[in-house]
Amino acid sequence: MRKALLSMVLLLVICFSIEAWLQPRYETRSSREETPGNPLAGMLGDGRKMVADYFYVEADVYFHSGYYPSVFDQARQQEEQDSDVSHPSEGSGEEETGFMGKPLDWIDAFGRHFIPSRHTHLQGETVREMLPWMELSAELDPQRVQTYVVTAYWLRRRLGKSAEAEDFLREGLRSTPHSPDLLYALGQIYLEDRKDYPHAKNLFLAALRCWHEVEEPKPLKTETGEGVRNTLLLEQILGGLAEDEEAAGNLNQSLQYLEQLKTNASDPAGVQQQIDELQAKIKAGAGKTNR
Amino acid sequence: MNKIFAVAGVVIRELYRRKDFYVLFILTVLITGLMWLMNFFHDDRIVRFIKEICLMLIWIFSLVIAVTTAARQIPSERESRTIFPLLAKPITRWQVMLGKFIGCWLACGVALLIFYIFFGLVSASREHTLPVGAYFQAFWLHWQMLGIVVAMTLLGSVALTPAANVTVIFVISIGILSMGGFLHKLAEHMTEPSASIVTAIYFIIPHLELFNMRELIIHDWPLVPWLDAFAATGYGLAYMCFFLLAACLVFRRKALN
Repeated sequence: MRKALLSMVLLLVICFSIEAWLQPRYETRSSREETPGNPLAGMLGDGRKMVADYFYVEADVYFHSGYYPSVFDQARQQEEQDSDVSHPSEGSGEEETGFMGKPLDWIDAFGRHFIPSRHTHLQGETVREMLPWMELSAELDPQRVQTYVVTAYWLRRRLGKSAEAEDFLREGLRSTPHSPDLLYALGQIYLEDRKDYPHAKNLFLAALRCWHEVEEPKPLKTETGEGVRNTLLLEQILGGLAEDEEAAGNLNQSLQYLEQLKTNASDPAGVQQQIDELQAKIKAGAGKTNR
Repeated sequence: MNKIFAVAGVVIRELYRRKDFYVLFILTVLITGLMWLMNFFHDDRIVRFIKEICLMLIWIFSLVIAVTTAARQIPSERESRTIFPLLAKPITRWQVMLGKFIGCWLACGVALLIFYIFFGLVSASREHTLPVGAYFQAFWLHWQMLGIVVAMTLLGSVALTPAANVTVIFVISIGILSMGGFLHKLAEHMTEPSASIVTAIYFIIPHLELFNMRELIIHDWPLVPWLDAFAATGYGLAYMCFFLLAACLVFRRKALN
């Protein structure tokens, strides 16, 4: 009896010692995790990025109200080199074949009565239905900037929730503080929704600085097309800065940004037209002041 | 017919005496409730996500109920030797089999109805509408699908051991539900004789995915034409009869001791 009791005490002591030895290691490991405190991410481990991708696609499935190619359709379509998968012409009430193609047999034809077989997009406020998948995707892969940018777009443009969009973008910035995309998207909220021009300018300037840090070292072209420099984002940031300065009444500063934009623009003629309009505005303003 | 319904009645009573259904239903309520409480961007009108989770649970759990209920009918009667006094009564083996099938199918229907009523309540609490027609169609087709699974399981229960039967039926059902509709597309890119074999399998298997209206329900698509729902019911009944007949034939020659 005494032996058994002593053995139990010994086992307890061993357990306590091992626990005391393991605890600091566990703490260090969990603080190193990309998403500390997220049980789902912890459970999935490195597979969470795959699940995050799946959730992101699920949001797109919702946007198309379930009319979406399966992996088998995608494989088939790739083989047939069919061009327009996800955006054939908008549904008009008639049954479309779209990515499904013509039914191969009677089972295939009959089965189409029980699945979404028409291409539609969520309209108006119904786009909210995509948001849970976006949020879950961002939780699992907080480094995926695209999720934050796209979600913020829907929140602002379709649902008028700029406060929620800002919170979400700031959440993204906590994981990737030097993302020019996130800073630009945040700047847009301050420019367009809040009309807080100095704050917007600071964010656009930060986005510009980060763009030079992150994007400039990248090549302009690669063989696969992956990892190329995002020049469109630079255009957007400079355009945002020009718009912000114009709204704040700093027309000359705005002109400078437009000149800078023109050298990088994909449509220099369009930017030149903006420059001409702004110059006319400046002249008209100067004329008024002289009088 | 009375004998068949007497056997069926015993099966139905067994379902509500056992705890399986209650546990699965409470689990569905809990998980759906948790999803319902989740807040995404302060928007309390998000509903499709909850519908998706709830319907997914209903599909999984209803399949579990159907397979486990049907799989234990004949083996447990044989194990407890109650099959002998049962067959000593003026009842034939095919009547026992039919009674077991009707009992299992009706029991699954009752369980499914409760699940769908819960689903309707959850959905209506957010959407403030209740598309009864669409939900009834979804329930009805789902029930036909379970009928095929129950018939398949009864056939398996007289041909295989209980554990093997449950495993095989789960693998087959989940396989058909996820890939059954795409086999012909896969066959297109195969070489002979694999292509012919896969195509033959495609035409032979019961296409359980035809009874799956989940996507239409989640995304608020209009009702399926009633004629198509009726045709699907006919398709389902044909497979039920086929599997049931096969089960009766095997059971008729089966040694019970």
